[in-house]
Amino acid sequence: MPERLRLAADDGAMLGDHADAAHAALSVRGMTVSYGEKPALFSVDATFPIGAMSAIIGPNGAGKSTFLKAALGLVPMVSGEVQFFGLPLARARGRIAYVPQRASVDWDFPTTVIDVVLMGRYRSLGLLRRVGRAEMALAQEALARVGMEGFATRQIGQLSGGQQQRVFLARALAQQADLYLLDEPFAGVDAATERAIIAVLKDLNAAGKSVIAVHHDLSTVVDYFDHVFMVNVRAMAQGPVPEAFTTAALSQTYGGRLGAGQLDQLHPARS
Amino acid sequence: MAGFLDAVLLQAGYNAGLVTIGATLLGFAAGMAGTFLFLRKRALVSDAMAHATLPGIALAFLVMVAFGGDGRNLAGLLLGAGASALIGLYLVDWIVRRTRLAEDAAIGAVLSVFFGFGVVLLTVIQSLDRGRQAGLEDFLLGATAGMLMQDAVLIAVGGALVVALIVILRRPMTLVAFDPGHAAALGLRVGRIDLAMMGLVMAITVIGLTLVGLILIIALLIIPPVTARFWTDRVARMLLIAGCVGGAAGYLGAALSATAPDLPTGPIIVLIAAGLFTFSLFFVPRRGVLAAVLARRRFQARVHWRQGLLSLARAEPIHDPLTLRILRAAGAIRPDGVATDKGRALAAKSLRDERRWDIARAIHQDTALTGRYDGLTPIEEVFTADQIADFDARIGPPQPVGAV
Repeated sequence: MPERLRLAADDGAMLGDHADAAHAALSVRGMTVSYGEKPALFSVDATFPIGAMSAIIGPNGAGKSTFLKAALGLVPMVSGEVQFFGLPLARARGRIAYVPQRASVDWDFPTTVIDVVLMGRYRSLGLLRRVGRAEMALAQEALARVGMEGFATRQIGQLSGGQQQRVFLARALAQQADLYLLDEPFAGVDAATERAIIAVLKDLNAAGKSVIAVHHDLSTVVDYFDHVFMVNVRAMAQGPVPEAFTTAALSQTYGGRLGAGQLDQLHPARS
Repeated sequence: MAGFLDAVLLQAGYNAGLVTIGATLLGFAAGMAGTFLFLRKRALVSDAMAHATLPGIALAFLVMVAFGGDGRNLAGLLLGAGASALIGLYLVDWIVRRTRLAEDAAIGAVLSVFFGFGVVLLTVIQSLDRGRQAGLEDFLLGATAGMLMQDAVLIAVGGALVVALIVILRRPMTLVAFDPGHAAALGLRVGRIDLAMMGLVMAITVIGLTLVGLILIIALLIIPPVTARFWTDRVARMLLIAGCVGGAAGYLGAALSATAPDLPTGPIIVLIAAGLFTFSLFFVPRRGVLAAVLARRRFQARVHWRQGLLSLARAEPIHDPLTLRILRAAGAIRPDGVATDKGRALAAKSLRDERRWDIARAIHQDTALTGRYDGLTPIEEVFTADQIADFDARIGPPQPVGAV
């Protein structure tokens, strides 16, 4: 048994006071979300440190995406409390950028790549302000950072899946947020896009930004992330990757779904 | 024809002029409001809403008659229409939220029940001996014969207000239509913005009742945006084009219907809009049916050209008549089917490019690049001159092919 495996059950005290919450990019207490009568998440406590690259992992249907959506107020919580940088959501919105799953929108929509990126500027543009040179330059720069500068005037439906994902990331970059929440950013993208996206995220992280991503590929957790949160309806384990990303925690989170051989390969620093 | 010209130039009389101006403004506003309806995929909800106005009209008439009027106050009737449209809209929403029925079923149920109830009320009204019930059924398909200055003013003011609100709300409505999750994360209140959008559509429906009627208003809301969608890939332009398509349909339709005594204005406006749609469907550049057919033929020609060259290079016999025709037209073969010098040179290049692709696949790790091989994309578009020179070095010197 690893020495400092933090199981949610004996973790309650960790989130006890607000001083702790203020040092977290996102802190969640007692989050319960239910579609109908069956809870998708039950009494989940979680803390994501400021300036960390955090992964949310868990099996299909474990409530990973729901966790992000509920934290952002996109689906209602039955109970629970959410704080970003120690503040309620309404006061922290300007510091948060959200990248939804690519499949969540209609890519036939009549909009160009640059228009989508400019949507990230809505909070400063508001209803009527014209898109000035500064805003346009910001959007162009965001596109360049994801390697899509040549695609600004393309209709979004003409892009490949990986390119669409990069445009979504560029829209989030244009928001100039402190915390980036990404829902399965690597799902269904080509290898080149995955490399481009992780490079951008690591750059953000190096600049002191916080990143929280729902992630499905256990083999890259150690390479990509330094904090991990494991969820399967309940919070199963969380902490720095070297300590929390253990075979014991994984088999508890995934149940019988992972073979012992798979688990052995995942964790390089297995005791 | 002279009559049509008169009407187009607003010279066909006072009433016809009013109708034409009103229809143009209504069409413009409806096209713009319909754009967001279309983008948010709520077109059928608005149809249910339009049909749900009928019982409201009938009930408003009955109430006004009960209070001693003749029941034909337009503002009163439209108020009733708006109120029952709101109830219909709410019911669709409630059914979707509270039951297991999907939205299409909810729309079908609300639309038919409200409309049926309205027709029953109209029948009851016909049998009354109080009030001025004649012409109440004109709200079904619109009627313009008795259009008054105040009706035209109502349409003009209402339409202008709707257009102004759309201009103000275009950004949030675009965000919500494209990606409601992201919009909500930005702090937009998606529910309220949707409500505002449906409110604008309801305003168009109600002020359009007199002119095109409740059955056809959906056409004026939806045909202009789908027409505009052919012409642009940007929401801002689509709004403007949809407005212009709607305005043009209203203008031409009203003018046309003024040329003969019994031509119904609403249906003619809708038919003109459908004509603009059909024209766009076929003839718009790039996205249109005609452009698609032409693009397909060009693609086919490229495939045959390429296959023909490769066959020449491998000295295989060519039988396909289209391939032969294309090669002959380009001067790659003589009329008797023998390759010309030019044809042999092009064939050698094609074969060489195939070998270059083989090498590229063997030595390049970047599948995003090698994956672009489709037999047609020129290798020069994918790899740099240096890379291609590298491939060539591995292939060896060029070899003559197809010598006869």
